[in-house]
Amino acid sequence: MGANTKATSDATFEQDVLSSDKPVLVDFWAEWCGPCKMVSPVLEEIAAEHADKISIVKLNIDENPQTARNYQVMSIPTMSVFVGGQVAKSIIGAKPKAALVRELEDYL
Amino acid sequence: MTSSSAPTDGGTEPSGPESGDIEQSAVEKVVIVGSGPSGYTAALYTARAELNPVVIEGAIDGGGALMKTTEVENFPGFPDGIMGPALMESMRAQAERFGARVVTDDAVALDLAATPKVVTLEDGTTYRAETVIVATGSAYRYLGIEREQELLGRGVSACATCDGFFFKDRDIAVVGGGDTAMEEATFLTRFARSVTVVHRRDALRASKIMQERAHNDPKISFAWNSEVVAIHGDGAVSGLTLRDTVTGETRDLPVTGLFVAIGHDPRSELVRGQLDLDDEGYILVHHPTTATNIDGVFAAGDVVDHVYRQAITAAGTGCAAALDAERWLAAHGEPVTLIPNEIYAAAQVR
Repeated sequence: MGANTKATSDATFEQDVLSSDKPVLVDFWAEWCGPCKMVSPVLEEIAAEHADKISIVKLNIDENPQTARNYQVMSIPTMSVFVGGQVAKSIIGAKPKAALVRELEDYL
Repeated sequence: MTSSSAPTDGGTEPSGPESGDIEQSAVEKVVIVGSGPSGYTAALYTARAELNPVVIEGAIDGGGALMKTTEVENFPGFPDGIMGPALMESMRAQAERFGARVVTDDAVALDLAATPKVVTLEDGTTYRAETVIVATGSAYRYLGIEREQELLGRGVSACATCDGFFFKDRDIAVVGGGDTAMEEATFLTRFARSVTVVHRRDALRASKIMQERAHNDPKISFAWNSEVVAIHGDGAVSGLTLRDTVTGETRDLPVTGLFVAIGHDPRSELVRGQLDLDDEGYILVHHPTTATNIDGVFAAGDVVDHVYRQAITAAGTGCAAALDAERWLAAHGEPVTLIPNEIYAAAQVR
């Protein structure tokens, strides 16, 4: 994990994501996913630059299949923004930083 | 270190307008646009030649097509196979070891006719370069039918290795008849209950070994002479309509996953109108070199090659492009270490 994002899990998802006061972006990822590796440093940067507005957490879907199933994740990376415990937006697939920032502008 | 004796092929004298220019320090000798086996190999060779190359590897597609594969069994030197992403990480590291500067961003504009040539990135950075190696590869081709993009990531996928995991015990379809389609179908049987290969013809294009693997897999069945004409589902794929390409009859295929593996298109948009392309958009080069129609611009890998399309051939042409760029720089007054003249001259039939 990078310095600006933290790992969440099936066990801590409620506490880390659902009951957060701030919007939380959950990065559903896995070790075997090349595009996830490419987008990871971009998310680190966004987390560092917008720490006041949004938290970014990472959920390893191999280790935490229940949460991925609950939110019907069918492709990774999926990046879902949770506001008040609900999914407000989902971005599917790795994208360049500028495109991600554009898609997230309502939350940054 | 002697370069003035190097033969030039275009009839121009070795002292090009670039050499000895003011602001020379700000002009890179080599900028490589794209990564993957060809871009990283070009970087390795030009770095070892002390040309201090810049590699614009792509913001998201860095490493190229192999980043979306699993086991690569046919890259020489790895008798037990190697994972595609690991192979790319190693190639990148090897180029960086010799000083290649890898930039993780996308090139959005190229001015190749200018002197020096200009490469502009998404974040606004520009690089000026004496030579440019284009190694932008190819992109997955989609079916281009309604609802395909809307359901991408919701049952429609162009990356079995990324998304297969989510189709445990499901019935799914793979469209295509080539090696990639067979590889994806075989890979997906690890997860899926059944895999139907949908192919427009009655025979596969795939290599024998891949065909055999698919034919011998009890989970794989084939829908021959069939094409997907509609995708159904509300929020997620629930089925497909197939049309028989011979009789025209349609039938439904109840699957929750659609993996598209019908081929690739060259990523040559950036150079269209500047470099000569063939009818399908692949960059034309002066075989057996990698020279394009613009002096000092070379092209390598899958953006050129629609015949072989292998990691090893891409790496091979990336190496050739690096040597061609070295040769070009030498002819234009750059002090570079060359491969022996006679070897190169013998190979250069333009």
